[in-house]
Amino acid sequence: MIKATCRRIDTVTVVDLGGRITLGDGSTTLRDTVRNLLGQGETRILLNLGEVSYIDSSGLGELVSAFTLVRRSGGDLKLLNLTRKVHDLLQITKLYTVFDVQDDEARAIAAFGRANAPAGPQLAH
Amino acid sequence: MEQHQAIVLDSRIESVEEAEAAAERVAAGAGFDEGERHRIAMAVREITVNAVMHGNAYDRGKKVTIEFDLTPEELVVSIRDQGSGFDTTVVADPLAPENLLRQSGRGIFLARAFMDEVEVEPSGSGTSVRLIKHRQAKAPSRS
Repeated sequence: MIKATCRRIDTVTVVDLGGRITLGDGSTTLRDTVRNLLGQGETRILLNLGEVSYIDSSGLGELVSAFTLVRRSGGDLKLLNLTRKVHDLLQITKLYTVFDVQDDEARAIAAFGRANAPAGPQLAH
Repeated sequence: MEQHQAIVLDSRIESVEEAEAAAERVAAGAGFDEGERHRIAMAVREITVNAVMHGNAYDRGKKVTIEFDLTPEELVVSIRDQGSGFDTTVVADPLAPENLLRQSGRGIFLARAFMDEVEVEPSGSGTSVRLIKHRQAKAPSRS
């Protein structure tokens, strides 16, 4: 089961996630949270994964889906505070090259301000 | 000493958690460290997801059988579904730049990354996947 709590810092919404992002409830919660934020016009999203103990391939797919959704909405999505296991998973799958991964919240918030043209693969529309 | 365990699971999402927990227990009993237990359990989870979702397609009349065989040399986990056969050669490379942003297709890749050997045998009566993790030989004690 996953927990998701949102808080606003400047123009960025920080989503504190905890638990497991896996096939079923965990993936659905992440998807719904990001879609709700986009529906409210919140397009600068920082996912804090510091308390996420486990992500499976379905959870990875949900992270990628959230990323593409936010980018297509003209926004940006970054990751914060990866655990060792999640960090390794992103490296193995090369998703580390897709996401902007940060380990300091203040710097991550500031990075949104600097990002005129976010790095990462071009998205097909 | 060799050990054998088998579990038969229904084709539902909850079975994935059961498979993962069973793999974690067996791996712990075999003496694998925390990191290896995590990798083994995740590989079993990913292949069981494939068996439930793609192999048996959530068919309540079909089962997923998981066998754990522990020898002094290795742990072998065999996961068998009753679907129509899953051809892994058609799975796109998830590391290819054009596939990085795909939402699915990483399960078998992760299993191969986390285990020492992965053997897939599709057939008309189901797919059987063997996950093999070698047990490290203990260094001789100095006395």
